[in-house]
Amino acid sequence: MPVVMDADRMGRSLARIAHEILERNRAVEELALVGIRTRGVPLARRIAQSIREINRHEIPTGALDITLYRDDLMRTAVGAQPVIRRTEIPFSIDNRRILLVDDVLYTGRTIRAALDALIEFGRPKAIQLVVLVDRGHRELPIKADYVGKNLPTSPSQSVQVHLTEIDGRDEVEILES
Amino acid sequence: MKKDLLSIDDLTRDEIYLILDTTEAMREIGQRPIKKVPTLRGKTIVNLFYEPSTRTRTSFEIAEKRLSADTLNIAVATSSVQKGETLADTALNIEAMAPDMIVMRHASSGAGHLLSRICRSRIINAGDGMHEHPTQALLDAFTIREHKQRIEGLKVTIVGDLLHSRVLRSNVKLLTKLGAEVWVSGPPTLVPPGIERFGVRVSPRVDEAVAGADVIMMLRIQQERMHGAFIPSLREYFHTFGMTRARVALARPDVIIMHPGPMNRGVEIASDVADGPYSVILEQVANGVSVRMAVLYLLAGGVDVD
Repeated sequence: MPVVMDADRMGRSLARIAHEILERNRAVEELALVGIRTRGVPLARRIAQSIREINRHEIPTGALDITLYRDDLMRTAVGAQPVIRRTEIPFSIDNRRILLVDDVLYTGRTIRAALDALIEFGRPKAIQLVVLVDRGHRELPIKADYVGKNLPTSPSQSVQVHLTEIDGRDEVEILES
Repeated sequence: MKKDLLSIDDLTRDEIYLILDTTEAMREIGQRPIKKVPTLRGKTIVNLFYEPSTRTRTSFEIAEKRLSADTLNIAVATSSVQKGETLADTALNIEAMAPDMIVMRHASSGAGHLLSRICRSRIINAGDGMHEHPTQALLDAFTIREHKQRIEGLKVTIVGDLLHSRVLRSNVKLLTKLGAEVWVSGPPTLVPPGIERFGVRVSPRVDEAVAGADVIMMLRIQQERMHGAFIPSLREYFHTFGMTRARVALARPDVIIMHPGPMNRGVEIASDVADGPYSVILEQVANGVSVRMAVLYLLAGGVDVD
């Protein structure tokens, strides 16, 4: 089980992404972060924290659950429905530049669902995509704007992101299945 | 989850908590500018109501529409049931048009079970005679948990027409399953014999049943189901069992007062209690939509293999 990113590397990647976000978006007051549940949420909070440390600006941060928008719901006759968690976006997304945050970008289907979900909350000025790991193998025309690490993988592998807030440690590993 | 939701017996403790947690997430959808998610797109749901209902039918319909299902209401007054069709035949005819779910209310206990045996569609019981009304008990549990943060260990007192009440049976099963201490009180003519076997405490004295209660749930006097003299008069009933401010004062200071509706003001509940600060009656109605969304979503998935 090779570890491809440790806590130190993860911290640096997120700090770099925070700088890139500020470099590309002049109007900080237009920005808002939305993390995709589960692991996109703590990542979004950490990026907000980094930005606060850089320029003392507080970026509003929300959480999005995309389960009800998945394209693979109810396609099997057996097994329980996926668990739904709460969506919390306590600000208007109208005319904001939304930074959508997820841990791993793979087929792009989660992001497709997230875009559909997000649009129902209003009309943002723009949506940009932030991911900690891009592992390739896209099935939809989706591309990240900010990437922590590009990780070439084979489809038989799985990429597991561990975060202190949820898993007790910061680490990215590749598992053979 | 099983194929159908006919009774609280169909649910395990874990499934009940899963429904309550899912309800929490569904409620947020109702607060959005666009109160709709695409989840049940392309699913057809038939609401088959053999008994008059405003609250439950509307609640199911809103829940179905918020999940993007195609819904269809069959009000029996305008259907071929008036021409003498049996329930089984009506069900088979609806089934032939391949709906995914049927939500049914019927005056006969066990009508949902009959449908369940002959239909491939998933059946949700929206009230069958004097038997059960599972989604009402689930929305009551959700409302209680929201106010008290738990259900286990609470004293819940249910007062009124226990005999004719499907809400009572579903609530007793659910609340005892989750570890609440359930008390019931009502006139002896309206207490079903053997109700103690469900694990509830019975008291003919409402003041004793209400003392120290965390939750008081009032049940409607169902005159339309009473064929005989169960109570001397509505006035006397109110005097002996009606929920007044004086009786509410015997419960815990943070008690909540519930009623599944429709209320008979001045019969089982005084108006100033129904509209008073302890009343969560309209919250129950609001939560009903979210609970039904949760049930529809969870039932629409695959069947458990066992």
